[in-house]
Amino acid sequence: MKQLARNASVSTTSTATSRRDFLKASAATGGLVIGFNLFTGNRIAHAQAAPPVVPPNAFLRIARDGSVTVQVKHLEFGQGVMTSLPMMVAEELDCDWSKVRSELAPAAPQYAHTMFGMQITGGSSSVVNSFTQMRTAGAMARSMLISAAAAQWKVDPAQCSTANGSVIGPGGRKAGFGEFADAANALKAPEKVALKDARDFRIIGKPTRRIDAPAKVNGTAKFGLDVTPKMIPNLHTAVVKHPPMFGARVAKIDASKVNGLPGVTHVVQISNGVAVVAKNFWAAKKGRDLLQVTWDFTNASKASSADLKKAYRDQMQKPGAVAKAGNADAVKTAAKSVTAEYDVPFLAHAPMEPLNCTVEFKGDGCEIWVGSQFQTVDQGAAAKVAGLKPEQVKLNTMIAGGGFGRRANPASDYIIEAVEIAKEAKVPVKTVWTREDDIKGGYYRPMYVHKVSAGLDAAGKIVGWDHTVVGQSIIAGTPFEPFMVKDGVDATSVEGIADTPYDIPGMRATLHSTKDGIPSLWWRSVGHTHTAFVMETMMDELAKAAGQDPVEFRRGYLAKHPRVLKVLNLAAEKSGWGSKPAKGVGRGIAVHESFGSVCAHVADVSIDKGQIKVLRVVSVIDCGLVVNPLTVTAQVESATAYGLSAALYGQVTLKDGEVEQSNFHDYPVLRLNEMPKMEVHFVEGGTMPTGVGEPGTPPVAPAVANAVFALTGKRLREMPFKV
Amino acid sequence: MIRFSVNGERIETSVAGDTPLLWFLRDNLELTGTKFGCGMALCGACTVHVNGEPTRACVTPISTLAGKKVTTIEVIGKSPIGKKVQDAWLSEDVVQCGYCQSGQIMAATALLTKTKAPSDAQIDAAMSGNICRCGTYNRVRAAIKVAAGASKPAAAPAAKPAAKAKA
Repeated sequence: MKQLARNASVSTTSTATSRRDFLKASAATGGLVIGFNLFTGNRIAHAQAAPPVVPPNAFLRIARDGSVTVQVKHLEFGQGVMTSLPMMVAEELDCDWSKVRSELAPAAPQYAHTMFGMQITGGSSSVVNSFTQMRTAGAMARSMLISAAAAQWKVDPAQCSTANGSVIGPGGRKAGFGEFADAANALKAPEKVALKDARDFRIIGKPTRRIDAPAKVNGTAKFGLDVTPKMIPNLHTAVVKHPPMFGARVAKIDASKVNGLPGVTHVVQISNGVAVVAKNFWAAKKGRDLLQVTWDFTNASKASSADLKKAYRDQMQKPGAVAKAGNADAVKTAAKSVTAEYDVPFLAHAPMEPLNCTVEFKGDGCEIWVGSQFQTVDQGAAAKVAGLKPEQVKLNTMIAGGGFGRRANPASDYIIEAVEIAKEAKVPVKTVWTREDDIKGGYYRPMYVHKVSAGLDAAGKIVGWDHTVVGQSIIAGTPFEPFMVKDGVDATSVEGIADTPYDIPGMRATLHSTKDGIPSLWWRSVGHTHTAFVMETMMDELAKAAGQDPVEFRRGYLAKHPRVLKVLNLAAEKSGWGSKPAKGVGRGIAVHESFGSVCAHVADVSIDKGQIKVLRVVSVIDCGLVVNPLTVTAQVESATAYGLSAALYGQVTLKDGEVEQSNFHDYPVLRLNEMPKMEVHFVEGGTMPTGVGEPGTPPVAPAVANAVFALTGKRLREMPFKV
Repeated sequence: MIRFSVNGERIETSVAGDTPLLWFLRDNLELTGTKFGCGMALCGACTVHVNGEPTRACVTPISTLAGKKVTTIEVIGKSPIGKKVQDAWLSEDVVQCGYCQSGQIMAATALLTKTKAPSDAQIDAAMSGNICRCGTYNRVRAAIKVAAGASKPAAAPAAKPAAKAKA
């Protein structure tokens, strides 16, 4: 995910400015609210129906039975926020962990991301932006419970302490938090509270099993797709026929074969296709199969991947926008030089749970159930389409079966179409995307071409690095453009290059942002998906050209970045770098900084019947302060598997404007028998957490490519890899 | 009229016979633990048991089920092996997004019902049809071995000593 607006906040050259501008703009539109406000509107009625709560704020409530329910403002889609955010609350609240529950918060201004000013999940930033906020909420609640207990006991609050869900008073008096829930609820939240010193943490940093796991192993967890008529009477299912080419429009609809089909209730034209609405999925799907739509291709993109590749190479001959302004002239006169071109394709996110969204119009408003990474963005988009104010749209956050950026779409495509259908059909509607809709539906990681010319002096030191990137901008045309595109440079297209931690003399990077009409979007680790591949395979090539060990060579450019150096060194140590791998095994390394963290992988590979087999990956991550070691380990494993799918298989290709892939048979992903053995190690010692969900993805592909080179002497410069 | 059973309950239905079991379970019975992932038996998210055999519900028309017994994730914990598998899934902290895990657990339970101590190759053969985009595969493998009794469950995380916090 994790994904989103991963934007400028973390890893781009223009970091500071971008974030500041972004916050300013958000504040101007009233989006930036950090605090502990009461729920408003619908939410109040909802909260009042629940057991008494304390404190009266957005993030937690304590019931009379002492249970603590934490409202998690981020989307849970695998990364573990339903556990890690409550851990932060519980740490300061000093409660009994076994009594902690977790709920996903609905869309509301008080749940805004503390850096982005909107309620979003992305940029590997859920833990980092919540760290102080959630702890403060817990500390406030604790303070109020102590005040309530002290008042009841008629003692000085300073004489009271807490332990494991109880307030303890003078003379050994002790009572559970639940005893004071009502009294504390009536108190005003303190203006200021002290937070614990990290040395005193007893929950943060402790391996903690996931709160959401039991419901996910017995089938009771409710994902967006699991909204049923039991929850929403008269719920219908809609399946949409989307245009076969991006930008095509409906010209004519022939529903003669659909009308009268059992279960089918409506055929509805919407802005991006035609929906068949039915009593259930199967009827809707059958209806769609029989629906005849004539399309207007006037404004459709008729691109083919092969043509784009050629056009990108032509584009490369022209001057691009400058992303890093070094002087790379020394390459031309270098003792040795290496020039290489790289290709990466469009990629679909393919989360296991296909996109879906449930919408019900009722009274003077509208209610939505969706697993969204962009709750308040989608709420605003839905309101616009519905002709309502955002506060008239109640957006409930459902657990999502993955997302990887696809559920963080500034265009809110799958939300808008569901609202359009429900509005037109005048019944509650759940849209269901099939896998084919998902793979063919656009919003891809864009295709890119890179070219690098780098030079070495006679001693094998880099003297210049000239780097060009060509491909579509993810950000252009979105509301993020004013903050994340500067002087023609989309920061996400060159992150990992323009801000490389390597101290490379004479480094120049230019960017050509093309306009090809293929909807594009951030995909787990965004620009780093391709920049790390190019940077880290080129470093490997240069090491070889310099006749040096790849680890030793990299060390020479990291003197100013001890954190990256430490990760590199630990990865070398833990993987047995320098020892000879078994016969038929190649070993490669890559290290990359992204989302405020540093991750290195050492991959061991073999080749069997023309297929790369990744045998083992040893990983090291420095993600600052580790909140839940179990989650961090799992996320590094996850990010590695996700990156391996792209390295070995992932590609969406276009032929005359049509997507050639459709499902997991022609868009294969990593399977159990292909998963390498993994070890994950941490560099510990940070005082604040940094990103976890994405940093494991970027260095996988180059580590594997470098391992294949070590084994075969062949450089892999195109993804997915072929040997 | 088609007659079969789901989780021990008798079903008599006149729903169209070409309706895939997946959508009958989800839309007609509102048993939503069985998931839709691909619709083509490519991902395993919809795995259920039909007469004990792991079966992709997305490509199983209900017309083929006459007289058969369907078991889903909702009740698999009532069988001793299913319970062991679910417990192992918790001790090995397998789930992430969790969406594919119903299918993984149904496939694993079917494997362990037939093969008490599966080898890695047998696990590969039985489980490689179940896609997990979160990459929980190594934990799936570890949990199967724990459920089989071939390895010990990961110890429950030890609590740090509880310190009293002053006001």
